[in-house]
Amino acid sequence: MAAEELKTGPLEYRTQEGQMGIMGFWIFLGAEVVLFATLFATYAVLFGRTADAPLPSELFEPGIVLIMTFLLLTSSFTCGLAIHEMRRGSVKGLIFWMAITLALGLGFLGFEIYEFVHYAHEGATLQSSAFWSAFFVLAGTHGLHVTLGIGWAILLLIQIKQRGLTNVTSRKFFIISLYWHFLDVIWIFIFTSVYLIGMVI
Amino acid sequence: MHITDILVTGEPIIYGAMVSMALGGLAILFVLTYFKKWGWLWREWLTSVDHKKIGVMYILSALLMLFRGGVDAMMMRVQLAFPDLGFLNSQHYNEIFTTHGTIMIIFMAMPFLIGLMNIIVPLQIGARDFAFPYLNALSFWSFFFGMALFNISFVIGGSPDAGWTSYTPLSGAAMSPGPGQNFYLMGLQLSGIGTLATGINLMVTILKMRAPGMKLFHMPIFTWSTLVTCFIIVFAFPILTVALALLTIDRIFGSQFFTLTGEGLPMMWANLFWMWGHPEVYIVILPAFGIFSEVISTFAKKRLFGYNVMVWSMIVIALLSFLVWVHHFFTMGAGAFVNSVFSVSTMLIAVPTGVKIFNWLATLYKSKIEFTVPMLWSLAFIPSFILGGVTGVMLGMAAADYQFHNSYFLIAHFHYVLIAGTVFACFAGLVFWYPKMFGHKMNERLGRWAFWLFFFGFHVCFFPQYFLGLDGMPRRLFITNVAEWLPLNVISTVGAAGMALGFVVFVYNVYYSFRYSERETTGDSWNGNGRTLEWATTTPVPYYNFATVPYVDEIDPYVRMKEEGKTTFEEDKVKPIHMPSYTGQPFIFMALLGLASFGLIFEWMYLAVFGLIGGVVMMIRRSFDYDDGYYVSVEEIKETEKKARGL
Amino acid sequence: MNHVIGFILSLVMTLVAAWAAIQSDLPVTWVIIGIMILALLQAGVQLFMFMHVTEASSGNGHVPWNMMFHGFALAGIVVAGSLFVMSFGHDHGDHGDMGDMQQQEEQHSEDHNGH
Repeated sequence: MAAEELKTGPLEYRTQEGQMGIMGFWIFLGAEVVLFATLFATYAVLFGRTADAPLPSELFEPGIVLIMTFLLLTSSFTCGLAIHEMRRGSVKGLIFWMAITLALGLGFLGFEIYEFVHYAHEGATLQSSAFWSAFFVLAGTHGLHVTLGIGWAILLLIQIKQRGLTNVTSRKFFIISLYWHFLDVIWIFIFTSVYLIGMVI
Repeated sequence: MHITDILVTGEPIIYGAMVSMALGGLAILFVLTYFKKWGWLWREWLTSVDHKKIGVMYILSALLMLFRGGVDAMMMRVQLAFPDLGFLNSQHYNEIFTTHGTIMIIFMAMPFLIGLMNIIVPLQIGARDFAFPYLNALSFWSFFFGMALFNISFVIGGSPDAGWTSYTPLSGAAMSPGPGQNFYLMGLQLSGIGTLATGINLMVTILKMRAPGMKLFHMPIFTWSTLVTCFIIVFAFPILTVALALLTIDRIFGSQFFTLTGEGLPMMWANLFWMWGHPEVYIVILPAFGIFSEVISTFAKKRLFGYNVMVWSMIVIALLSFLVWVHHFFTMGAGAFVNSVFSVSTMLIAVPTGVKIFNWLATLYKSKIEFTVPMLWSLAFIPSFILGGVTGVMLGMAAADYQFHNSYFLIAHFHYVLIAGTVFACFAGLVFWYPKMFGHKMNERLGRWAFWLFFFGFHVCFFPQYFLGLDGMPRRLFITNVAEWLPLNVISTVGAAGMALGFVVFVYNVYYSFRYSERETTGDSWNGNGRTLEWATTTPVPYYNFATVPYVDEIDPYVRMKEEGKTTFEEDKVKPIHMPSYTGQPFIFMALLGLASFGLIFEWMYLAVFGLIGGVVMMIRRSFDYDDGYYVSVEEIKETEKKARGL
Repeated sequence: MNHVIGFILSLVMTLVAAWAAIQSDLPVTWVIIGIMILALLQAGVQLFMFMHVTEASSGNGHVPWNMMFHGFALAGIVVAGSLFVMSFGHDHGDHGDMGDMQQQEEQHSEDHNGH
């Protein structure tokens, strides 16, 4: 099975293992869609249940959220460029764009932590009301995913240094790029349905 | 903290359980040490990534859990038949119905079916193993440690006692302090991760590793049912993961999702729980349908009637399963429109299910039925399951449900579908594929005894419960000394004893068959009636499964292979086979996560953090693991096959 | 090239959505519908232009697309279904269903009693 290897096409698709790994990850992403959908549903149902805590419209600020959104959108773009470089066979380009992606991701995380601390100072914490529990768990789960993604990508960068581009390493990078773009998709929905709608209503 | 704060004290029955568990554990340790089997256990089983061995471990665990859940059930029945005896106190009764329900669904029905899928699905599609054997081992150990965690709760820390549905606010921190509910949450969370991974794993296996030429609509029906089930698992289990996590955060970190303070919404738990919970019942019934289809078609000696319709009805059931969840809490108090929508969607499910029933009957029509033990279980399933299904439609009518809800009518209904559906299927499937797993059949005479005892016991136990429900007896009730209910309760308990006896005979049969059954010489164990690829392998199945995978372009390919004298060993076509290496990592990884969960249960954060870090370290190790497995040489394959086939 | 177009598209859509929500005077319902559509379009940009969801050389056929389609369909069911169910069908009048009518009638009669 491992012996049968295609001679053309992107490296990550050439072996049966590579194809299966990528398909498995797509299925996993399907599960992740539902995981986040459940968090969104909880958030939507608990919307307005702020009890004595501040209202979201009092705390949400467009500026910082837009910066976070642009950071993540750009990181998704650079991640796409990294995979583009990988498919051209350029390890250097891959590492370069991936490193930028991670830097942008770290920037995003920094702003998110700052934001959470700020809200906590204003009296909106995980414990203060049903609404804020739902907010922190939804945004926090996304943030946790970003954190895991950064750690994972660092491991892969070490591996590509050690081994260069092979069927296996390119499969791993392709999968993490799927993961990273997917986190951007989730963030777009958080941006829209949490922050924007929170500021409208 | 003193040891007596952790151990459950003051209950003679639990002391008895502690002593017997300790003795049982010591006996196992002694046997393993005395016969010097530790290395064997580690090398052959705990580090195995072979789907057949993992499947056997799943089924063994499930049988153990069937025993544990069955003991819980018997204790409840004794309490209900002799309410004045003071056998159980109310707290103990609450714990027992909670663990009974949770164990039977999560730690018995699912692993039993997943065990059968593990063993049979790769064989049915001509695959070497799962797509991700490492992940498969991980799944098993996550289930195993989740199960272990849940089961130690009754001696350490106290069992959960808020019902298997664990409704908030009762199960929240305010009303159920202490570790009991945490055991429920973490035990399910840990094993749920494994179930999700199995779902992904099997889906990729079925979609990517089929024999050459085998289209989706050539697949055996059990494989189809597995694929549809995995689809449900992938989309339903994340909902449970989130629901459990939210309640855990509520209980341990003080958030307000399901609380009565901070404008929390307790009914949201019911909503999320059943969004998973309803698909879950199809996760345990669809594979059962698959097993019955295989058994019925094999022993009716005909191709399954309406194969395409059977597949499509499963797909329709899977889609509908996500649209009916509210019928579990019609009495929440939602308006008539909400309830009507879900009432209609619920009744729709009866349509594809009815189609399946008629197809089974049509398969049997004018066929020469061979009454083997698996066939007995399957034939008994049809009428019994219809009784459960029809009462299900009654429960699905929202207005009527206000009468039936939370009464023994409901209890009787879901035991009729879950036992007559899932448990009968587990027994049918296990007996049917037993020779493939262990190289010998189960004794037919003892098997028939087990069947008739269990079958009659089942009806005697649960049929009266419909009437108990109509007489107004509520579920989860500890004191039932109402004169009107007593006779039916006593009858029901007698039936439960019959089922217990059937189970004992079944387990004895495992031992008896191991000692006395004839060893299989051919792979096609049931008088040459096998129709699908698993019967084309030799028995016992070599660890690489297929020496050569045949080209398949029809349903039931083995029938024609036999006519044309083809086998899965075409000597000139044998090539080296790539195999994954065994590894202890999944076991250690999941043991560490089990430790982390244990820490969270008691809110010992240092232990939890330690376990989590250990888990992360194991993931990093895995990421750097480039072990590519090994190849089985052509000579070895030829030698093994020739020996097994007597060439 | 595809990537650059996708990137610009997503930036533009983000800005339009932010403008609609923060600056514009459009009715709230229209803003919400509009920005949700924009979010879905952006998800489409990520999936098709960045994630290669329909790439033929993957050898995985329609599976990635299928999983995303069903995942999002189910996401709709989970979110809309939860909102529908947890509204209890009592507290919004725009459905005109039986439960609402009953509820309104009850409220009416309560009002009468109150006066």
